[in-house]
Amino acid sequence: MKILVCISNVPDTTTKITFTDNNTQFNTNGVQFILNPYDEIALARAIELTDGGKGTVTVTNVGDASTEATIRKALAIGATDAIRINAKPHDAWFVAYQIAEYVKANPYDLILTGRESIDYNGSKVAGMLGELLDLPSVSIIKKLDISDAEGTVEREIEGGKEVLTIPFPFVAGCAEGVAEPKIPNMRGIMGARTKPLAVVEAVGVQTSSNVISYETPAPRGQVTLVTDADKLVELLHTEAKVI
Amino acid sequence: MSVLIYAENANGKFKKSTFEAVSYAKAIAQQNNTTLTAISIGNVAEDQLAVLGNYGAEKVLNVSSGKLTNFVNQAYAAVIAEAAKAEGADIVVLSNSFSGRGLAPRIGIKLQAAVADGATALPEQADGKFTVKKTAFSGKAFAVVELTSANKVISLTPNAYKLVETGGTAQIENFEPEVKSTDFKAIIKDIVRSTDKVSLPDAEIVVSGGRGMKGPENWALIEELADVLGAATACSKPVSDAGWRPHSEHVGQTGIAVSPNLYIAVGISGAIQHLAGISSSKVIVVINKDAEAPFFKVADYGIVGDVFEVLPQLIAAVKELKASA
Ligand SMILES: Cc1cc2nc3c(=O)[nH]c(=O)nc-3n(C[C@H](O)[C@H](O)[C@H](O)COP(=O)(O)OP(=O)(O)OC[C@H]3O[C@@H](n4cnc5c(N)ncnc54)[C@H](O)[C@@H]3O)c2cc1C
Ligand SMILES: Nc1ncnc2c1ncn2[C@@H]1O[C@H](COP(=O)(O)O)[C@@H](O)[C@H]1O
Repeated sequence: MKILVCISNVPDTTTKITFTDNNTQFNTNGVQFILNPYDEIALARAIELTDGGKGTVTVTNVGDASTEATIRKALAIGATDAIRINAKPHDAWFVAYQIAEYVKANPYDLILTGRESIDYNGSKVAGMLGELLDLPSVSIIKKLDISDAEGTVEREIEGGKEVLTIPFPFVAGCAEGVAEPKIPNMRGIMGARTKPLAVVEAVGVQTSSNVISYETPAPRGQVTLVTDADKLVELLHTEAKVI
Repeated sequence: MSVLIYAENANGKFKKSTFEAVSYAKAIAQQNNTTLTAISIGNVAEDQLAVLGNYGAEKVLNVSSGKLTNFVNQAYAAVIAEAAKAEGADIVVLSNSFSGRGLAPRIGIKLQAAVADGATALPEQADGKFTVKKTAFSGKAFAVVELTSANKVISLTPNAYKLVETGGTAQIENFEPEVKSTDFKAIIKDIVRSTDKVSLPDAEIVVSGGRGMKGPENWALIEELADVLGAATACSKPVSDAGWRPHSEHVGQTGIAVSPNLYIAVGISGAIQHLAGISSSKVIVVINKDAEAPFFKVADYGIVGDVFEVLPQLIAAVKELKASA
C-alpha cells in the first residue's frame, strides 16, 4: 500500500489576519506557519493504515524552501519520505496540476488531502486531482477504512451521511472523524532529520485565477446587553427582525 | 454564451440554497444579457422542476436516468460539463454545499475553467476583468479573485445571496447525456438521513452550545430552543472532541463555516478559531455568565447570565412570541 498525503503550510489558527500593500498581500509578519490541521488528520490515518510494515506514506507539498519545517514535522509524525515540488502555490489548480504530474510518473494506491486548507479554504485540490488523474474522488470524508482492493469512506451530506466503497486508486479529502492528529515524539523528531526529502522542480502551467485584493469583515457595533430573555426576544423580533 | 446553474436536490426537493444559487445565476445572466438554463439530476417531480422558473431559469434540463438517481460526483460532473457544452454556457453556478464542493473542481477541470469557490457577492465585470469575492482564511477575511479563463465555475456560499422571485416559467426538457461506466467506480452502500433536522450549512438560525453547557445531558435545552426557532444546532470544537455532540455540528476555523441570519452562542467563550467560522452571521447573540468573555466583543445582543437560568426563560419567551404571531 503506497499512500500519498498532500500537505499545505498555513498560518497558525490563532493568527489575526491582516494585509499589507493596500490590502493586496497577506501580512506574514510574525505569523507562525503550521501543518494544515486537516492534513494532520489525513496523515495520522495514513500512518495508522500502513502501521506495522503494511505500506509507505509519502507526503508532498507544493511550496518554496520556507515550507521545509512543516514537511519535517510531517516526517516527525511518521511519514516515510517527502517530496517538495518547488514553487509558490499560486492557486488550487496550480497545486493540483503539479501533484497530478508527479503522480502520473509515480503512482499511488491512495491519495489523501485535507478537506480544505484553512487559508484558502477551497476544498478544491482533491476534486481537481481526481479529475486530472481520472480517478474517483470524495471531497469531504468523515471515516476511512481499507481492505485489499478498495476503501470504504463515510461522507457527510446535508442532514445525514453516506457510505461509499471505492476501488483503489482514489482521492479523498479528510475531515474530523477520520483520525486523531498524532503528536510527534522525540524519536520521530530525531529520525525526521535523516528521512528522505526530495525536491523536484515545478512544471510550467498557465494560471487561471489571481487574488486581486483582500477585505476583512466589517467591524460590528457595540453589543446591546439586556438582562432578561423577554427583552431579548422583543429586540430580535422588532429591531433585528430575525425571528 | 449563457449561464448554467446546477439545481441540487435533497431527496427530490430543492433546498433554499438551490433557489439562492438560481437567483444568483439569474443576476449573472442579466449582467451579461444572456439566458439561464438550470440542470437537475435525479428524481425530481415536474412541479418541483417548474419552481426553478420562478427564480429565473428559462429552461430546465432534467436528467432522470436511473443510474444517476444518487449523487456520484465523477458522473454528475461529467453530466453538468456536457450540459454546459450543449448549452454553450461559459459560466456554471452551483451551491457551495457538500456535494457542490465535490463537483465544482471536477467541472472546472473538464471545462478548463477557473473555479471561484464560496462566492459571497455577485461578480464584478469591468475593464475586461471578471472578479468574484469569496471567503478566505476560514471566514476571517474575504479575497477578491480575478478569473482569467474563458469559462468559469462559481459556487455560492449559502445564505449569502437573497432569493429573487421573477415569476417566470421554465421550459422543461429531458437531457440524456452519455456517461462512462468508469465514472461510477464509487458505489453508494448506504444513505442515512435525519430528515427532521434543519441542515446546519443552510440554516437561517443556528443555536450553538459550548463547554459552558457542562455536559451532553443538558443539550435538551439547546435542542428545544432550536426547535421552537426552527433552527439548526451546532457546537464548539471541545464539545465535539469530547463526544458530547457529533463532529458534523462543530463550527469554526476547523469545522463548518456558517452564515445564518441569527447565531445564538450559549456558553461559548469566543476563541478566535470559533469566531472564524461564524463571523459572517448577520446577527450574533451571546449568552455567557462571564461578562469578560471575548464573544461579547463581536456580539450584537447579549445576556450576561447562567445558561441554565436563561435558556428556559428564552424558550418560554420565544414560544410566547410564536403563539401570538
Ligand atoms: C488548531 C486549533 C483549531 C481549533 N478550531 C476550533 C474550531 O473550529 N471551533 C471551535 O469552536 N474551537 C476551535 N478551537 C478551540 C478554541 O481555541 C477554543 O478552545 C474553543 O472554541 C473553546 O470552546 P468553548 O467556548 O466551548 O469552551 P471554553 O473556552 O471553555 O468556554 C466556555 C464558556 O462557557 C461559559 N460558561 C461556563 N459555565 C456557564 C454557565 N453556567 N452559564 C453561562 N456561561 C457559562 C464560560 O464563561 C466560558 O466563556 C481550535 C483550537 C486549535 C488549537
Ligand atoms: N501547496 C500545497 N501543497 C500540497 N498540498 C496542498 C497544497 N495546498 C493544498 N493542498 C492540499 O489540498 C487540500 C485542500 O486544499 P484547498 O483546495 O486549498 O482547500 C489541503 O488540505 C491539502 O491536503
